[in-house]
Amino acid sequence: MQEKELKKEQGPPVISIQGLYKSFGELDVLRGVDLEINKGENVVVLGRSGSGKSVLIKIISGLLKPDKGSVNVLGKEVDTLNEKDLRALRMKIGFSFQSSALYDSMNVRENLEFPLVRTVKGLGRKEIDQRVEETLDAVGLLDKLDQMPSDLSGGQRKRIGIARTLMLKPEIMLYDEPTAGLDPITCIEINNLINEVQTRYNASGIVITHDLSCAKVTGDRVAMLLDGKFTRQGTFEEVFNTDDAQIKAFYNYNFIE
Amino acid sequence: MLSKGLDDYFIGVYNAYKFIARFFRQAFQGPFEFREIVRQCYEVGYKSLPLITLTGFVIGMVFTKQSRPSLIAFGATSWLPSLIAIATIRALAPLVTGLITSGKVGSHIGAEIGSMKVTEQIDAMEVSATNPFRFLVVTRVIATTFMIPVLAMYCGFVGMMGSFLNIYQNEKTSFSTFIAEAFKQITFLDIGASLIKATAFGFTIGIVGTYKGYHATQGTQGVGKAANAAVVLSMFLIFVEELVIVQVSNWFRN
Ligand SMILES: Nc1ncnc2c1ncn2[C@@H]1O[C@H](COP(=O)(O)OP(=O)(O)OP(=O)(O)O)[C@@H](O)[C@H]1O
Ligand SMILES: [Mg+2]
Repeated sequence: MQEKELKKEQGPPVISIQGLYKSFGELDVLRGVDLEINKGENVVVLGRSGSGKSVLIKIISGLLKPDKGSVNVLGKEVDTLNEKDLRALRMKIGFSFQSSALYDSMNVRENLEFPLVRTVKGLGRKEIDQRVEETLDAVGLLDKLDQMPSDLSGGQRKRIGIARTLMLKPEIMLYDEPTAGLDPITCIEINNLINEVQTRYNASGIVITHDLSCAKVTGDRVAMLLDGKFTRQGTFEEVFNTDDAQIKAFYNYNFIE
Repeated sequence: MLSKGLDDYFIGVYNAYKFIARFFRQAFQGPFEFREIVRQCYEVGYKSLPLITLTGFVIGMVFTKQSRPSLIAFGATSWLPSLIAIATIRALAPLVTGLITSGKVGSHIGAEIGSMKVTEQIDAMEVSATNPFRFLVVTRVIATTFMIPVLAMYCGFVGMMGSFLNIYQNEKTSFSTFIAEAFKQITFLDIGASLIKATAFGFTIGIVGTYKGYHATQGTQGVGKAANAAVVLSMFLIFVEELVIVQVSNWFRN
């Protein structure tokens, strides 16, 4: 397994989060999250189940509102945007759901063109078809064009879900556990896809995962969400070269046991 | 704050109000999802036809059959057509159509939107910069609001046919006499009031179904709850609307 070479690119961060708090009733999920992501950089977010990783990216995409703190994406404070501006920002963000969230009542083609025909005006049938086929080809599932989501396997659904988010050529990709529950070979395919998206579209990204091999391959940087904040950030080596028992446990679970 | 139950009630009313206001804001504002509206009209209207046909026909026939003995006592069986027409067109057709479709269509909408909600499909539409409310809610509410009156008229028509069949068998009344007798007592106010009623029922079924679905929580269990709550609440509201509209149209009559 090859660790990624560090990418260095200057310019303002595409995502900048400061002092983010979020709780649900009594449950304090995020307690002072700080995070910066640079242009073209993939950051892996690790953390135990229920630590608030999904909540974090839902706040970034404006699905949930923060209780406190600043969330700045591509220069915009997400929670202050009106409906129209939020929609404009979301065109630049691709969100791949933990559950894939494909539209069951539509086939693969309709799933992919759904965001495109509604947000980009004046596209002809031919251009739409071409874009759909191009994107499906990029995830290696061109032959599934006319299938219904219920006829696909879990890994295929994940890839179609990622393809759907690529239709709008996003600048930022948010992957929620892209490899969870998949066999090792499919995991490698998805990891490669994530890296390819990064280079092909020069996209930045957040990759949430429990899977350290995925973290190692896709992450330029790793951030560990513990007790509601990022306690450790850095390269894969930096984060795991520690005596902290909780972090060691995380590592051991993946590689030794 | 007052008791929690009361709080929840008023928060619920406020949320429902916001939901309805949002519907009206977006219903008259482009871009319109024409294809989806047509598809939903097909789903709501065409797919309910067998059930409405059966129910309308049976009600017309049975109602005629059961009313006959009491009219025979007065030697007044010739009143049957107009009696049935009044009952069917003024009351039964819209009410029966409303109740049947709130069961069939309302539960379907609640379950469909509810499952999209709990499987994050609605969130996925939201983050892909599209407007799920316009695509899912507005289209369905428009479809039910237009299709339930059409179904109610159809139900009235089929009910009258059922009634005619029974009258023809017993009294040998010809079709033209039956129609002439039937519509003697029916005014435009009757038909208008029925159409208004059916439109209100249709709107109610659409809004309640989509609202319950859109606010579904707690996974697959929530989907069943949403479907169930959609039926119970829309039936309740249909009865309330029936009472109110009957009262109001009676004021106009006098
Ligand atoms: N909409 C919500 N309402 C109430 N509680 C929520 C909501 N969303 C998340 N939570 C709670 O916040 C906590 C964090 O949830 P989150 O989904 O972010 O976890 P996660 O880190 O993504 O875990 P996993 O790895 O299992 O996906 C959980 O305890 C969850 O119950
Ligand atoms: Mg999660």
